[in-house]
Amino acid sequence: MASIVATADEAVAGIAHGSTVLVGGFGLAGVPMDLIDALVRQGATGLTLVSNNAGNGTAGLAALLDAGRVRKVVCSFPRQSDSQVFDRLYRAGKVELELVPQGNLAERIRAAGAGIGAFYTPTGVGTPLAEGKETRVIDGRAYLLEHPIKGDVALISAYKSDGLGNLVYRKTARNFGPVMATAATTVIAQVTEIVPVGALDPETVITPSIYVDRVVQAAAREPGACGVC
Amino acid sequence: MTAAAACDAETVEHARRGPLSTDELAARIALDIPPRSYVNLGIGQPTRIADYLDPAAGIILHTENGMLGMGPAAHGDEIDDDLINAGKVPVTELPGAAYFHHADSFAMIRGGHLDVCVLGAFQVSARGDLANWHTGRPGDIPAVGGAMDLATGAGQVLVMMSLFTRSGEPKLVPDCTYPLTGVACVSRVFTHHAVFTMTDNGVLVNETFGITLGELRERLDIPLVSGLT
Repeated sequence: MASIVATADEAVAGIAHGSTVLVGGFGLAGVPMDLIDALVRQGATGLTLVSNNAGNGTAGLAALLDAGRVRKVVCSFPRQSDSQVFDRLYRAGKVELELVPQGNLAERIRAAGAGIGAFYTPTGVGTPLAEGKETRVIDGRAYLLEHPIKGDVALISAYKSDGLGNLVYRKTARNFGPVMATAATTVIAQVTEIVPVGALDPETVITPSIYVDRVVQAAAREPGACGVC
Repeated sequence: MTAAAACDAETVEHARRGPLSTDELAARIALDIPPRSYVNLGIGQPTRIADYLDPAAGIILHTENGMLGMGPAAHGDEIDDDLINAGKVPVTELPGAAYFHHADSFAMIRGGHLDVCVLGAFQVSARGDLANWHTGRPGDIPAVGGAMDLATGAGQVLVMMSLFTRSGEPKLVPDCTYPLTGVACVSRVFTHHAVFTMTDNGVLVNETFGITLGELRERLDIPLVSGLT
């Protein structure tokens, strides 16, 4: 069950140096911008960042990277037209990259949340990303052994939360939120709206409150106000 | 289905015209997408195929960031920051659309539920190996995204690419020199100059555009199978 907290700074309090932080979002949809900004202010360093992308423009994850807080990025798609901050740090050898196929990223996070020790998948067989991984042939097909990705913290964005932390999402902003919510010791959600317990139709809840630790209402943001979208 | 039927066909030479334009190529690929299929169009050029799908064919587009029933690009008031495609472009939803999280989205791909995907490529080998995620050059930042999952999991993997690099080197090759995305996964290759099907007997040329089969044989370093031989 979640605590509803008043500010994003309160929501990210206590994130330790060296933490593995799962951050939801795909492109700019579903990125928990308030929580990331608060994490920059909070100051934890030596972070391992697990997210689909490695920052866009200069805000959000790019700002966290630019502040030198990130030791390693685990992601599927770092290189984009506006990933200049990551590109610079990577080329300077200041951030480590573990490149993970997007389906493996999602499934490794899901596995961590579901208590699965490791799993075999055909994705990546015969490619450079198979190097160093155990290969096994099952029913005539080759598979690679992949291990879970568990977070110390997950920062996600959702549309609505009730007072317990039951979450619903909106359109493609859902993306990694529900799986990341299952896979971290402390799960922190920013939401557009907090509604009373009982106000959400239980049939529509995507992330049940059992997974969620802290919820904060996001600051009102004009569409396009992030300056990139 | 389409690919099997194509294997029996003789090569059709359209030598008295130029190569296809990229829009003509997109339209040509659209013809080969089976009605009522679930399809993922890769980011970049394959996205254009959507413009040429017959609305009456009941084809449902999947985007790996968590949606089935994706509609055309959004414009003006339709733009919603929470509704984007895998290329991070604002899109619309069609009646019958569904949203889901990333692990479900990739279960659709990896579990063999998706009928067709169309991907771009740096290179394809004669046995259908795909290279499309990394140039392998030092200093270049790789980005794999969902390409390895799609290459491994989709029912049919179609490639849309130019047949030659800007310097005239073939991209359909005996063996890929770029790092692989997937092994023997491509079933058909659509280019501005010709359409190819990977068969157990070799690479079959289905159609040529602005080039004869004989000229094609001179420019490619792989054996080509044809009904004309």
